[in-house]
Order: sequence, then C-alpha cells, then structure tokens
Amino acid sequence: MAEIKIENLRHSYLANPKSDADYALKRVSLTWKDGGAYALLGPSGCGKTTMLNLVSGLLTPTEGKISFDGRDVSMTSPEERNIAQVFQFPVIYDTMTVFDNLAFPLRNRKVPEAEIDARVRDIAQMLDLSASLSKRAAGLTADGKQKISLGRGLVRADVNVIMFDEPLTVIDPHLKWQLRSKLKELHQRVGCTMIYVTHDQTEALTFADQVVVMNEDGEVVQSGTPIELFEKPRHIFVGYFIGSPGMNVLPCEVRGGKAFIGGSEVPAENASSATGYGKTELGVRPEFVTIANEGLAAEVVKVSDTGRFRIVETRSHGATIKLLVPEGEPAPEGLTHLAFDRAHTQIYEDGWLAGAKS
Amino acid sequence: MSLELIDVVKRMGVETHIHPCSLVLEDATFNVLLGTTLAGKTTLMQLMAGILQPTSGTIKFRGRNVTGVAVQKRNVSMVYQQFINYPNFDVYENIASPLRVAGMTRVEIDKRVIAAAELLRLRPMLKRKPSELSGGQQQRTAIARAVVKDSDLILLDEPLANLDYKLREELRDELPRFFAGRNAIVVYATTEPSEALLFGGNTATLSAGSVTQFGPTVATYRRPKDLVTAQVFSDPPINTARCIKNDTSLVMFDGKSWPAGEAAAKLPDGHYTIGIRPHHISPRVQGDAAGILEGRVLITELSGSESIIHLDVGGVTWVSQFPGIHPFTVGSTASFYVDINRALFFGANGELVS
Repeated sequence: MAEIKIENLRHSYLANPKSDADYALKRVSLTWKDGGAYALLGPSGCGKTTMLNLVSGLLTPTEGKISFDGRDVSMTSPEERNIAQVFQFPVIYDTMTVFDNLAFPLRNRKVPEAEIDARVRDIAQMLDLSASLSKRAAGLTADGKQKISLGRGLVRADVNVIMFDEPLTVIDPHLKWQLRSKLKELHQRVGCTMIYVTHDQTEALTFADQVVVMNEDGEVVQSGTPIELFEKPRHIFVGYFIGSPGMNVLPCEVRGGKAFIGGSEVPAENASSATGYGKTELGVRPEFVTIANEGLAAEVVKVSDTGRFRIVETRSHGATIKLLVPEGEPAPEGLTHLAFDRAHTQIYEDGWLAGAKS
Repeated sequence: MSLELIDVVKRMGVETHIHPCSLVLEDATFNVLLGTTLAGKTTLMQLMAGILQPTSGTIKFRGRNVTGVAVQKRNVSMVYQQFINYPNFDVYENIASPLRVAGMTRVEIDKRVIAAAELLRLRPMLKRKPSELSGGQQQRTAIARAVVKDSDLILLDEPLANLDYKLREELRDELPRFFAGRNAIVVYATTEPSEALLFGGNTATLSAGSVTQFGPTVATYRRPKDLVTAQVFSDPPINTARCIKNDTSLVMFDGKSWPAGEAAAKLPDGHYTIGIRPHHISPRVQGDAAGILEGRVLITELSGSESIIHLDVGGVTWVSQFPGIHPFTVGSTASFYVDINRALFFGANGELVS
C-alpha cells in the first residue's frame, strides 16, 4: 500500500504538443493518501483513463512526476509499480475453476501454495464465491465473472494500489447495486488504496471518500468529498455533472454585493465576493429550491413523478429552474414563487465559483 | 386500439422464452419494458416487430391480424444496444437513409435530419463517418435514424445503456418530448427502474419471460400487483420480511412488535410478507406508524445529497435511503424507523393484499 503523489502531471499523445489543446490530460497535481478510496469521475473522453494509465505505468507522462511513498516511479514499468487492475469487461480464464482464476495472480508471483489457499478462500468468502470455488468459470453469469475479476484485483496482499476502470458498467442495476456495496465493504475491511474510474456519479460518490472530477477538456476541475462536490461545486461543470437533475445555472447580475435575476434580488452565499467581471451566473441545486409565497416569480411547466420525489420544472425570466418536491407533499401548479437557500446558492464567474480562487 | 398481443407464446426448442402474454399498446403512447437481463424484453420486442414469429397467439396492428407478417412489410424502426450504422455514409446520410428510401423531398429530409441531429447532439458531426465518432456518438446516430421517420412502431432496446450517465439523463428528458404529438407507439426496454419512472407513460414489468403487470408507470411502481413486480420495480432493492398480523400489531421476523398501521389494519390476522422500499426507512420517524429496526451498521454510502445505510438486524440486512448526510460509523449500533403506512403487504401467493 502506498501514498500516491502526482505533481504537475500533463500528457499529450502528440510527439510535439504546442498549445494546451494538444494535451489529453491538462496539468494536474494531487495526493492520494494511503488506504483511501478515490474516484476519477468525468464524461467519456475526458482523460480519466489516460490518468489511470499514467499512474499504472502503461503510459509515460509527457511532463510531471508520479511518486509512490516518496519514490519517483514516473519512468518505471507497470510490473515494478505493483498495481492490481480491474477492467470494464471481466478478464477471466473460462477453462479454469473459480479457485484457479483467483489464485492466478499469486501463482504468477510464486506465492507458497498454503498461503495461496488461505488468501483465495478469504477473498472468495468476502465475495460470496466460496460455494463455486471448484466450478469452472465458464458457467458463471456476467456478474459472477466480474466478481472473479474483482477478486483477482483484491487477492494480492502486497499491491500498492488497486485500480478499477468502469468495473460495473456492464452489470444489471440490481446486481450493480450489490457489487458496489460489496466493494465498499471490502475497502472498509482491507483498507488498501483504491482508485475507481467511472462516468457514473452514483458509483463514484457512494464508493469514494474523495472524488476527482474532470471535464471534457481533460482538466481536473475539483477534487473533494461527495458532500463538498454536492454543496459547493467549484465550477458549474461539477454542479451540472454531479446531481440528478444537476444544478440550476441561471444568468444573473451582481450589483453592490447583491445578486439579481430579472431585477429581483435573490440570496447568494458568496455574492459579496463577485467581481462583476466576466460571465456572471447563479448556481443553485434543485434540492435547495423551494416553493414560497414570495420571492422569484416562476411558472410551473412540467412535473415528473420519480416515485421517491417529483421533479418540478419551472420557467423564470427565460431560464429553466428545477426543484424537488418530496413524496406526499402537494406539487405546485401554474404561477408561483421560488425561494433559494442562501447557504447553498452561489455566484459563478466565467464558470468558476466567485471568490474561491483567491 | 393499436398494437395488440393476444396470448402470445414464444418457445425455442424445449425452452419457453415468452409465457402467454396479452398486451394492448395504444397509439401515441410511450411504453417501457422493465426487467433484468434475460427477462424476455428483447424477445418480446422482436415479436412485436415481426422479426420473430410467435409459437402461438395472435398479433394485431390497428385491428388487422399481422401474425406472421415479416418485419419488412411493417412500418417499424428498431434500435439495439449494440449500434449499427452504414460505415461508408456520413452521419447525415445515415440518419437520412430511411427517408430517402421512403422517397421524401430533399427539403423535408433536411428538416427532419436536422431536428433528429439536434435532439441527439449530432449537429457538429453531420459530415463525419461512423469510424470518426466515439461509441456514444455512433449510438446516437443509430437512435436518430430510428426516430427520424414516421414509423408506426418504434422499438428502442436499451438504447442508452452504453452512453454516459449525464447524456443518458438528458436524453431521457428529451426523448418523450420528441415523440409527443406523433402517432407512433414507442416501446423502450430497460433494466433500470429509475429510467422507467423518468419516462412516465406505461410500464410492463417482465420477469423470467412473463409480463407480470402492465399499466401507468407511477401507478405500477406504487401499487405493484405482486412481490415479483415490486422486486423488478425497485432500485435499490425492496426490503422484504415475513410477519404475522395480529389485531393492531405485527409480529416481526425477529420477534419484535410493530404497529400494523393503516395499510395492514384491514387485513385478516395471519402470515404476510411485508415489503418496504429503502426510502421508507429513515433514522427519523416518518408518518404516524413506525416500526423500529435496531441493528449494526454494515455499510455507509453517502452520495453528497443522500445517505444509504445497510443495517444488520439479527442476521438480516436492511437498507435505508434518505435525504441528507448522516455519517453513521460502520460497526456501531443504530435505530431506524419504518414508515409502515407506506409498506406493501403480500399474501401467501405473493399477491398484493394491502
């Protein structure tokens, strides 16, 4: 197990990158603590797999340094980095038994058979695979096979880090749910550093203690706890990408430390930090908007019932504002007013949280 | 009345893929087929399209018997999870191809291709070949081609499954709008309960080749006819437990006593299975009849806006999902409250009784 430190890392697939646009991964510095559960979250093509491959050693960085426990590994091979990886599609040997599949990474490293036996049985028990250890892997279902892949990632006691690249994407929701919980439980039990790459916010947020969010341009826009990302997105991209529905982003004006939408004053936590330069927008999540007797005038245009709550879509001053109404409470109709929770309403300037960069 | 399946059965060899199925899908409706992988969603769609012929039973379209009529002779579009495009056509021509076949005017074709490309965020890629697109863009091209023409029946088989989470969320919002005002019957297969709920419309729940229920989506979710339907239509999975109803109380699996609440009060005394969705279990009392679950915290999952807590109660795992963040410590003892008035009660045959 190891602490992973990334310093000024940058990567381009071009031989002679010139402008910033030539970099698939923009400059980033991060520290992943020993034993932590981390997620890399972003849309397809955002560079998360590039970052993963740089850490695992499948790619050599154009610039920057990666160190494990203070030792520079930037130029070392994947074998030397001692990492376990689990991929989107199960990589297993169909003709081998479940036991032999799980034992494979250990036998490869000439671990004594007695130790292999103990280790494999332990992992099989954690993954509820004990009963199928002597079965051939070929007969297993898709989620059973993916469990073996997870087990193979977890079986070695000496790895520096276990990396998961979209491990649950091909799994049905109810099984995905079980495997996700299982993985979380395993992390809580084995305490190894784990890095989980996904485009699925639910997987990232429920698994990780710290989530690194990347945008389409290969730029890390925020690294924070699930609560920080939810309550105080540093960039409107984080607000949009995390949360279902995402954060409402509305054009606004800031004058004298106060925020206005279409002439009506609206509360905003950081209004006094806004400079008034650049594109000024207000961000508020649907969870922090409520129906009120006074406040911003709005018209209800659509109500969708999702079972647990309803998503109410309103129009106000030409913008769409969504809010959530819990099960059992009446849904608004027609013309109404909206109130924003000041502590969770923020001003953004050119996409970035006003006052956050200082 | 539009697409009618009457006692349709599909057997392949000794295996029955679709058990007797009767469904009526009306014109201008959005219908979801919800079930796990291998529940029979794709087979059912292929029967609707005429790609497969039923072993027995009748399929009628707008009153006409179309059983045995091949797919080519029906006005049907279908999108699979694995996308198929014409590799040597650019995106524009891929989307336009069914319209060219139909002999539409150039102006009309252009109008429709642009609208479909707009919906699926393909405007900037119209001149590219499929090989120059990402997987998600190729899938969107296939969806655009399926929705661009006025088909009577549009079958979408998990079309968003390979797309990014956020894009999926946006398309879920927009697809029904795109079909609104058209006369087509849209059928959409998914494994995700939340997706069915976001679409609204009607939902047919499938389990092991049987349609267990068909009706308005939210009503089916709230009042599943039986335990199987409730399980198909719950994510996270519904919590279930055996209980004995005795006058105004319930004797639970662990010997504890819960109030029967409004829902169960009317039931005759006896054995039942209680079903409780995770969001009806909370660390705070909700409603005026609460059952107490006392146990050890197994797993905590915090999604930023919600907490999901797995609780071990006498060897049985219960899951609670509630808004807000409550960082329970793994291994600690905690009490949770069940909102019994929102619980579902199932009888001996699994049928919903209250």
